[in-house]
Amino acid sequence: MITSILVVIFLAVIIGIVLGISAIKFKVEGDPIIEKIDSILPQTQCGQCGFPGCKPYATAIANGEADINQCPPGGDEGIHKLADLLGVEYKPLNAEHGEPKPKSVAIIDEKTCIGCTLCIQACPVDAILGSAKHMHTIIEKECTGCELCLPPCPVDCIDMVAIEENAENWKWKYPVYKIDKVSERRAS
Amino acid sequence: MINLQSPFVQGSTSVSNIMFIVMLALIPGLIIYMYFFGIGILLNIILASITAIIAEYFILKIRKIPTKVFLTDNTALVTAWLLALSIPSIAPWWITVIGTLFAIIIAKHFYGGIGSNIFNPAMIGYAILLISFPAIMTKWQNPSYLYDANIAFSVFMHGIDNYDGIASATPLDYVKTELLQNKNILPILNEPLARLTQMQWVGFGFLLGGIFLLFTKIITWHLPVIYLLTLFTISSLFHLIDPSQFAPFQFHLLNGGTMLAAFFIITDPVSGPTTPKGKIFFAFLIALLVYLIRVFGGYPEGIAFAVIFANICVPLIDNLTQPKVFGHD
Amino acid sequence: MKLFDKVFKFNGGIRAETKKNISTAQPIRKIPLPKKIVLPLRQHIGKLAKLKVDIGDEVLKGQLIAEADGNVSAAIHASTSGKITAIEKRLIPHPSGLPDFCIEISPDGKDQWIEKKAIPWKKIGLDKVNELLLESGIVGLGGAAFPTHLKLNNSKKAGALNTLIVNAAECEPYITCDDMLMREKTHELIQGIKLVHEILNVKESVIGIEDNKTDAINFIQHAIKKEKNISLQIVPTIYPSGDAKRLIYLLKGIKIPKGRRSSDYGIQMFNVATILAIYRFIEFGEPSISRIVTITGNLKSPRNYELLFGTPLKEIIDDAGGQIIKNDTFIMGGPMMGFKLPSIDVPVTKAMNCIISSEPAMIEEKKPVLPCIRCARCAEACPVELQPQELFWFSKSKQLEKAEEYNLFDCIECGCCSYVCPSNIPLVQYYRFAKSEIIEERHEYEQANIARERNEFRLQRLEREKLERAERNALRRAQSSSEEKTKLIDEKRKAIADAMQRIEKEDDKND
Repeated sequence: MITSILVVIFLAVIIGIVLGISAIKFKVEGDPIIEKIDSILPQTQCGQCGFPGCKPYATAIANGEADINQCPPGGDEGIHKLADLLGVEYKPLNAEHGEPKPKSVAIIDEKTCIGCTLCIQACPVDAILGSAKHMHTIIEKECTGCELCLPPCPVDCIDMVAIEENAENWKWKYPVYKIDKVSERRAS
Repeated sequence: MINLQSPFVQGSTSVSNIMFIVMLALIPGLIIYMYFFGIGILLNIILASITAIIAEYFILKIRKIPTKVFLTDNTALVTAWLLALSIPSIAPWWITVIGTLFAIIIAKHFYGGIGSNIFNPAMIGYAILLISFPAIMTKWQNPSYLYDANIAFSVFMHGIDNYDGIASATPLDYVKTELLQNKNILPILNEPLARLTQMQWVGFGFLLGGIFLLFTKIITWHLPVIYLLTLFTISSLFHLIDPSQFAPFQFHLLNGGTMLAAFFIITDPVSGPTTPKGKIFFAFLIALLVYLIRVFGGYPEGIAFAVIFANICVPLIDNLTQPKVFGHD
Repeated sequence: MKLFDKVFKFNGGIRAETKKNISTAQPIRKIPLPKKIVLPLRQHIGKLAKLKVDIGDEVLKGQLIAEADGNVSAAIHASTSGKITAIEKRLIPHPSGLPDFCIEISPDGKDQWIEKKAIPWKKIGLDKVNELLLESGIVGLGGAAFPTHLKLNNSKKAGALNTLIVNAAECEPYITCDDMLMREKTHELIQGIKLVHEILNVKESVIGIEDNKTDAINFIQHAIKKEKNISLQIVPTIYPSGDAKRLIYLLKGIKIPKGRRSSDYGIQMFNVATILAIYRFIEFGEPSISRIVTITGNLKSPRNYELLFGTPLKEIIDDAGGQIIKNDTFIMGGPMMGFKLPSIDVPVTKAMNCIISSEPAMIEEKKPVLPCIRCARCAEACPVELQPQELFWFSKSKQLEKAEEYNLFDCIECGCCSYVCPSNIPLVQYYRFAKSEIIEERHEYEQANIARERNEFRLQRLEREKLERAERNALRRAQSSSEEKTKLIDEKRKAIADAMQRIEKEDDKND
């Protein structure tokens, strides 16, 4: 009787020590789930999800305040990844938040631009250069295609131009052949 | 190809001619079979082939898959032949039909058709028949009962009830039953029923066909060599430990479906492993199980169950035996 | 001279019909100066070359017209003298089939060289040689078009090299440009090997050649009789023995994994044509402006040509008698790894080692594609010892992470797996697709990271500005009355309204 109690106490102490040590040694800094969600989001910072950027949306998802299907630029693939990460069921994109569009960049028509700087203030990634009363240009490489600069422009001089396929960004396509309907169906 | 890419040249092997060569390789065994046991086996093969083709055609139609290409890939025929060769030649026609239908429809197409079946279809067909009709499936033709084509046809249509003495136990079955009566194995092995040389000649035919397959590089050495080697080693080992209880290796290598299995059944690529090490392990596992089932299990022959069990392990085997990539440590 | 060294054997490979004798019957030919020369800015691996000329400029043969943009890039030179008549997007020989920037030169017919100067490499040191090589525009002429100066750079970093391997294997069917080069320019080639040997300061040079090039073997054996440090090693004709890492294994028994360079193992490799280009540059100061191209396949008079870069392909095909069976389909590179040209209206480029006028069988609807039967013939054929059937499964179902885990990026896209597949599955096409997807995904991920950083930076900035503004406002509030403030705001509003009006007026005018 006493032996068994002692054994249990002994075990409890050992396990307690092990747990205690591992709690210190393998301590997880911060809440990585938000970072993980954020790394899946496309970082367009477009706000179509209803939050003022990707990080706030990621935080909202982590806190259960937002659904995983509110990000049009991330597309279906993004939703699948989020569903995998969070272990929840996949949902189709919520149409309220918009439709996925081909990746584009904003181009300022420099003839029309009046240099009002409103777009500069709207750009979430500081991809627009220019100062007051001087026409602006967009650093194409940095533009995420979020379209946030479109509404503030008083003279409608910004156009979204879809990125065209060229020899640089061109990709090999998925093989297509006539026969083998079964496996195609399975793959899709 | 709609989006044409390299390579623009291609070798000449195709699934249909691989399967055709496999069928060619079965012919020596088949001829010896017919020489000793009459045309019963041929009737079974023809019926199984027809059934397989018809079943394949309808199921392809139902699955809305182009029929021509898949009917001519010869895989259904190989399944039918292997199943027919495993079934006793004196089984009535409906046994063959049920077995073939099961193999093609359930074991092959329910799992996704060619390339997707995780079990060897012929062995699934065989196992179902063995479980459902044990009385028919465990009776083998008595080789001393030489019969003509008329009898063969009658047996094929109506079963063996009209012919006394046509069927007897297989050597594996006979030895197993005798051993159950606590007898010493040595005198049993000398009984005529345990020494079915005609069956052994058929096995030799399959061995010849198998060597042809190795020679034409249709199969690699791993599976048959390791399978036969393992069976040889295990049976020799047990025989050494207790010669009065365990038959020597030649008994296990020459009887039952050992040769057919070594070169034609366990070498089915779809349900087998793909890596060289995996093949070695797979063949070892099957040989081990075959011996265990034959000697310690409830059935006289264990190839079908051993193969089906090993099929289950294939994804794991493949996963654990991934070979080293060029230059990797 | 050693002859029968031990040759190692890599896994698999294939013995396809070589079809090399189609184009070796006739000597290398040059054709008259074409009417137009079109030089794409993308002829190599890496960044597009940077333009150095404008429309209307007169250029001389060998003059630099586009320079390397950074280190991973290559310069481009005028391949004849003449006038720049266009700089625009044209079709280029690239698997994408998309147009890209090209410089068009209208030759003046004089074919006048710029001043050529031999490189006194012994005096200036390897660093300077490297710099000059960057300007030479020389890239690997075996087909990969990897800038040569980078290879030298790597050799320098890795410290002492001990072996130079000259790749003369030329394993792809149909291609014979290296074979013909070795037959017709044996002496020059050996001079080149000796030169590179000295520059790299290696102990030995080994020429690796497939045993089907008997003439070239004879010529080279004869030419290197007296050379102590140069040897010829004959390897069996098994595709892809000409792949750099496969050839190194064949000759040296060293397996170099993906991501490592041969120079890390003391070995440097050049293709025979590249050796010759380096020789011409160092010895005579000639930059990379021409190469030997095999024009073969379904043609009346297939042969090898020595062609200026930028020569219109169509003129050469016409010179070779045109197609026997018309199908207007041409393949650049070999039949195993090449690609279908978008059109015949493309110029000769540095990477163009071979043009195959397509045989009808190459482009017709092939045998039907069946599901994989897991026969593992592809694994038996894979020279990188991958498990192609697994890679296929993952690529097809777009499980890209899994494909990477099974070492997708070790795949050299040699096509052996597709060649042997009894189900006719276009395996390599799946791998190309999967690689493309993964590369794009990585790129997007990087872009997203940059965007995140920039966004975070901006948020911090706004925060800071807000604080500053609050401070300023507090200060101003203390100084000025509210009346003045409203006046200030009104003024600003008026300025914006004025600007708006002005725009509208201008708009009206424009309409």
